[in-house]
Amino acid sequence: MSSQAVRADRGIITPFNVIAGIIVIMGMVLTAWRFAGGLGAVTNLDNHYPWGLWIGLDLMAGVALAAGGFVTSAAVHVFGMKKYSSAVRPAILTGFLGYALVVIALHYDVGRPWRLPYPFIMSQGTTSLLFEVAACVALYLTVLFLEFSPAAMEWLGLKRARLIVVRLMLLLTIFGVVLSTLHQSSLGALFLIAPGKLHPLWYSSYLPVFFFVSAVVAGLSMVIFESSITARYFADKMDETHKQQKTTVAFGFAKAAAFTLAGYFFAKVIGIAVDNNWHYLATGYGAWFLVELLGFVALPAFLFAIGAREQRLGLVKFTAGWSVFGIILNRLNVSLIAFNYHLPASERYFPSWQEIGTSIFLITLGLIAFKFIVTRMPILYSHPDYPDEH
Amino acid sequence: MEGILTLHDFMLYTKSVTYIIVVGALLGLAGFFWFLNERDEDPDENPPAEH
Amino acid sequence: MALTRRKFLGWLGAGAAATTAAAVKPAVAASNKHFEGHPDSNAVLHDLVACVGCRRCEAACNKVNDLPEPDQPFADLTVLETKRRTTEKAYTVVNRYDGLRPSGQPVFAKKQCNHCLEPGCASACFVKAFTKTPEGPVVYNPKVCVGCRYCMVACPFEIPAYEYQKAFDPEVVKCTMCHPRIMEGKLPGCVSVCPTEALVFGKRKDLLNTARQRIARRPDLYVDHIYGENEMGGTSWLYISDVPFEKAGMRMDLGITPAPALTAGALAAVPMIAALWPVLLGGVYLMSTRRDKEAHQEKEDALKSAREQEQAAAKAALKKASEDAAKAQQKAVEKAVKDALAQAEKKREEEQKAKQQAQEAGQSPDGQGQESEEES
Repeated sequence: MSSQAVRADRGIITPFNVIAGIIVIMGMVLTAWRFAGGLGAVTNLDNHYPWGLWIGLDLMAGVALAAGGFVTSAAVHVFGMKKYSSAVRPAILTGFLGYALVVIALHYDVGRPWRLPYPFIMSQGTTSLLFEVAACVALYLTVLFLEFSPAAMEWLGLKRARLIVVRLMLLLTIFGVVLSTLHQSSLGALFLIAPGKLHPLWYSSYLPVFFFVSAVVAGLSMVIFESSITARYFADKMDETHKQQKTTVAFGFAKAAAFTLAGYFFAKVIGIAVDNNWHYLATGYGAWFLVELLGFVALPAFLFAIGAREQRLGLVKFTAGWSVFGIILNRLNVSLIAFNYHLPASERYFPSWQEIGTSIFLITLGLIAFKFIVTRMPILYSHPDYPDEH
Repeated sequence: MEGILTLHDFMLYTKSVTYIIVVGALLGLAGFFWFLNERDEDPDENPPAEH
Repeated sequence: MALTRRKFLGWLGAGAAATTAAAVKPAVAASNKHFEGHPDSNAVLHDLVACVGCRRCEAACNKVNDLPEPDQPFADLTVLETKRRTTEKAYTVVNRYDGLRPSGQPVFAKKQCNHCLEPGCASACFVKAFTKTPEGPVVYNPKVCVGCRYCMVACPFEIPAYEYQKAFDPEVVKCTMCHPRIMEGKLPGCVSVCPTEALVFGKRKDLLNTARQRIARRPDLYVDHIYGENEMGGTSWLYISDVPFEKAGMRMDLGITPAPALTAGALAAVPMIAALWPVLLGGVYLMSTRRDKEAHQEKEDALKSAREQEQAAAKAALKKASEDAAKAQQKAVEKAVKDALAQAEKKREEEQKAKQQAQEAGQSPDGQGQESEEES
């Protein structure tokens, strides 16, 4: 466990750094290519598929997976579950980096990224759910930055500024939950305007509800998943509180995720019932829908429950990864796979290697930032000067 | 659905099905909640440490 | 963009205007509100029966809109072999559908922006780049477009195209119904060159009547449906046909709900969540802190009473102990006194006995008797 961490400290030439370095160089080449050559030069996007991998994965899935921040901070600061307090900072950090990456990815995806502030300062298209998403993501990124800032301020020794933010924490948390509820659901609501393009099994007037509930699942699962990763690679950075709470967090969150998934399962079934879409289940898309519903909603709910009941940490960790994958799959289904279901196979979209490479590059940037911050700032341990409030 | 030509008929049908599912969901969720928490006699009890 | 004073005043003005509008027309936000759209707006009627697939409309469109030269000339009808859609280079395309007519004649259908009465692109745009003009056309403003392409996702007819090849100033591209020409009193480019009556320009309500008359005149020929009358809330491009519309590349499953109505519910939820979530969460917070406090207080109380009980018990024990000690002491004293008295008695008796013995023995051992007296 700690041997990897020790190895990481040894020098610049480590497996992580070498691989990350190669990806970053590739990413910079792709970035230059994208901005000099335009979207057409690097993407497989076309007039039928204006949204590809960068929206489906980086935006849709990215925002869902970054939901751990609001879920954990709400559990601890609002619901008063102090036993999960040590999970707050890692979750906030992951959320902040996740949203930062979403915003960076958007710069790649939109045609004229320098105009991204236009919806706020030039021309407010308030009937668009994308306006709502943009406003909430911009505000929530700010909130996450503020929620994260005490860790940075402790590192930098800015005691007074830190105190101000810490006093605002409850307010920030509630604001964060409101904003998250709004934009997580609005990401689903983006597709409400395209009933003719999204397959009826995925299209539902409940799409915003589905997106919000599954984002909560994604957030809970990501906290478990991420804590198992940090426990493996950054064990030397963790203090006793974190080590002790780690299993409490895993089993508590597994239980919450299991129950939320169970609710999500019934919500999805009700979604089919209210539109009377049962007959689609017998088609090819129906089979794929059942794979998602049974394999990535019902199954993880059951596995999380077994893991929490029988205190099997390994099972809980595996299920967290499985469930995260399931949410990514759901977002890809809605935005790409079940989207334009009426088109012949020859006109369907598959991402170019440059799109995949750029997504990998952005995820790598997130990992590098995470590593940089976790090895320096009091994320996995309480700062000795501020022992109580962590 | 053949024989369903009005919104009212459609809703009568789908809402009836939905109510049945809702009852099932409530029972299912209650059972699942019991399944989840049955083994925890003491809610404050800390799970045993890893390994 | 700095917030200038003029702009701020503009916002204030907009706010005031909105308030006034709301006052004049009550229940603006009510779901039962019905909108008729712009009166006297223009439209085009496309009659598939009359279309001969000459592609002159495509050529005219290309010319009046200064579009790039096509890969194959417009006179080349082999282009019709493949199904096409609108692109960044072609605002309109004609497709051919074979085997639909008993006569064996192919069916041709022209495709372009349908200029919805309630456009999905406009509803979806987060910078208001699309406008439904009073004249009928839906026009696009490239000056504010960010290039998010949500309009392309939203369009049910798959019309807007994007200039993916441009790196610095890509724009969304679609038919404008020749809005500039309409403003000059001219016909749209495509309509102006149509050799048959396959394309007719006019007021939408007049064209609906024309379409109905054509159907009524040949009920044996026409499908009894005007495509675009109600589709997606109605469009400004209307179609009549002698073959089922879905066979000629027009989707019949789009429904009649105008695009803004599809998202109205989700948009309505936004302010409610913003208003009520903080209340709920604040309540939960107060409950959880109160519960904590109560739990804390209970613990304190329990500790306190335990301490008090302990103290009382200790006091009682102490009291008892001291009482016992006192009693024991008294007993001991009494015993000691008794013993001492008993001893003294005993001694005295012995002495008396000795004296008696001495007296009985005579006066001779006097000194001994004196000595023993001094000793005691």
